[in-house]
Amino acid sequence: MAQASISQKSSLAARRPGARFAWIGQGFLLLLALGVVYILVTSFLKDPMLFAQVVLSGLQLGFVYALIALGYTMVYGIVRLINFAHGDVFMVGAFVSYYAVARFQLHLWPQLVLKGLSPGAAVVIGSVTVMLLSMLVCMALAVVIERVAYKPLRDAPRIAALITAIGVSFFLEYYGALNFVFSPRFIPYQRPFEVVTFYVNNGIHQLQPGQAPPSGSLLFSNIFLIIMVASIGMQVVLQYLVRRTKIGKAMRASSVDKATARLMGINVDGIISFTFALGAAFAGLGGVLYAIAYPSINTLMGVLPGLKAFVAAVLGGIGSIPGAFVGALIMGQAEALTMGYISTPMRDAVAFTILILVLLVRPRGIFGEPEQEKA
Amino acid sequence: MRLFKLVSLIVLVALVLSACAAPTAAPAPAAKAEPTKAPAAAAPAATGGDLKVAVLAPLSGAVPTFGVMTRDGALLAIEEWNAKGGVNGKKIVPIVEDSQCTPDPAVNAANKVIDQDKVKFIVGEVCSKASIPISEIANAKKVIQISPTSTNTDVTVMKDGKVKDYIFRACFIDPFQGKVGAKFATENLKAKTAFLLLDQANDYVKGLSEEFEKAFTASGGKIVGKETYTAKDTDFSAILAKVAAAKPDVIYLPDYYNIVNLAAKQAKEKGITAPFLGGDGWDSADLDLKAAAGGYFTNHYSPDSTAPEAVAFMKAFKDKYKGATPDALAALAYDATNLLLNSIKTAGSDDTDKVKAAMEGISMPGVSGKITFDKQHNPIKAATILKVTPDKVVFDSVVNP
Repeated sequence: MAQASISQKSSLAARRPGARFAWIGQGFLLLLALGVVYILVTSFLKDPMLFAQVVLSGLQLGFVYALIALGYTMVYGIVRLINFAHGDVFMVGAFVSYYAVARFQLHLWPQLVLKGLSPGAAVVIGSVTVMLLSMLVCMALAVVIERVAYKPLRDAPRIAALITAIGVSFFLEYYGALNFVFSPRFIPYQRPFEVVTFYVNNGIHQLQPGQAPPSGSLLFSNIFLIIMVASIGMQVVLQYLVRRTKIGKAMRASSVDKATARLMGINVDGIISFTFALGAAFAGLGGVLYAIAYPSINTLMGVLPGLKAFVAAVLGGIGSIPGAFVGALIMGQAEALTMGYISTPMRDAVAFTILILVLLVRPRGIFGEPEQEKA
Repeated sequence: MRLFKLVSLIVLVALVLSACAAPTAAPAPAAKAEPTKAPAAAAPAATGGDLKVAVLAPLSGAVPTFGVMTRDGALLAIEEWNAKGGVNGKKIVPIVEDSQCTPDPAVNAANKVIDQDKVKFIVGEVCSKASIPISEIANAKKVIQISPTSTNTDVTVMKDGKVKDYIFRACFIDPFQGKVGAKFATENLKAKTAFLLLDQANDYVKGLSEEFEKAFTASGGKIVGKETYTAKDTDFSAILAKVAAAKPDVIYLPDYYNIVNLAAKQAKEKGITAPFLGGDGWDSADLDLKAAAGGYFTNHYSPDSTAPEAVAFMKAFKDKYKGATPDALAALAYDATNLLLNSIKTAGSDDTDKVKAAMEGISMPGVSGKITFDKQHNPIKAATILKVTPDKVVFDSVVNP
């Protein structure tokens, strides 16, 4: 196997005229990697606590990106479409939860209906209801988008579907920005539950409002734990669904060969809709959690997280579910460490530099299989 | 359904357009109505003829509430002067024109009042983009213009850096707020160290931040850190980890309310207790009061101000306009008109060269503080500091530069 790939590489190199200068590029990459390692090690040694804090904030971002990236990678795995509207579904998820909480007080229903419930359980049930509602609305939206915008183009050239996806993305962003929809304002987000911060310093303590933590302590919040649990939980659910269930088998079959899958009695259109809905549910959950963690929402809030999750999916190997997860965690770290040790405005540049490097060096990503372009 | 939306959209567009078009005709009768009312109030002694003062305000267009407040503030000042017998024995006749916060109507209005009404004094406009073209015309024709609220430096200064001789303004310009913020931090909050958070791509933020840094270090303070972000950022945790490590006494964040909402909220959750400081970009109904609570920002005026001029103005305004509360625009228009009329009085004539000289040397207690002018015709005056509490924004203090 290794032999085969090497010989393939050398035959490629023989065909490309510029290949003899490839060592320049490799040397450059090596220098870059050494530079990054140097910066990381020195900054770790300088202040390990600050470093840990930055890594934690990177994990929080990474877990959110993972939720979005799953949708990109699943949809790509089945219909070979980069669904650029995915980031905007994420935005809709955040807005649905905003309206549910701020306008309709949905998160308070357990206190009104189920008397005698402990306040803690009521908050949990209320918040979960809000998240489920957002996920459901996003699923419905994704199915509608798929039926209206993508299905008619299933047999059209892929570039047509890609451009349509960009069109749907703009539609959601700017239709949402109309005054009678979501309005273009930055809206302060009202959380369904309070964020509580904890600090680690000789055991875990809760940080009281207005209290400064003792120096040298590591801070984390309940929203960080929730994002982590939700992201890992969804990953497990998805792995189980794809590997162990009948519908997962149908998804895998459709991804390999749609025509044959259809001959085997699989409802391919249904599977595609299901895949879109599943991805959108994750994005919707991601939107709610993101808005709770960074509480200001706007109709363009999904653009950058969406693009970064896309980079994460490409980095992990688009089409690969564990790849999307690992890619997202790497992206989160890259961004947080850039913010911590280079400069904040560089974060987006670094994210997209990673995309370019991946495409140059290993286009199939970390876990991706070699692309088998159908003739 | 789609057809219905399309039709309703067309109807909506038509309505908006007609609403924009109609008022250009409407303010003219309104303007004529005002002067006829004024003589009745100004009975005492107006013997030396009339002194015409034009008020150019955006009564229609995108920001009509700005225009109405500006007009009302200016007319209140004129009425008070007329009640005292006018200026230099002349009765003041206001001429109100709608300049729509847009260059074209503003230029038309300016040409109309200067050429047809032979006005030598203009109060207005509100928006910098309308004030700048008016200032070109006014300066060329030696007409004194004082803008109550346009903050752009180009209003009083030409592109080549020369000051426009006949153009003044009554509000402070943006960088000034940084200076005042630093003074407030060092003197009122006794801050020794500060951390700057800024958006490098935003001139407003940069201007305030640079001035703050200069003034803060000049008064012995130390800037312990400086972090930049972009307007699209939502995650401030890495930046705030550094802020927490630097332990500053104050954090200066002179950005708009949306950034403040995010950064201040995340800071609270990270146990950062140092107060945030900012500029008038915080002044919005959408400011998250719980997140920003404990913070302060500089502004032009507060209705809660306790200065005697401000209290008197508040009462007079409420009496004249049936209980309406004047905002910063009304206060600044009132001050601008008073600055102009005081200068005419000091000059003893309505010769614009003499009035200009008087204006440059003026020192007048106004609603928004004691006002003098610097070399670039920007006022040197106190700024109001507002404090954010979990329920509302309250008046804190007045800081003199």
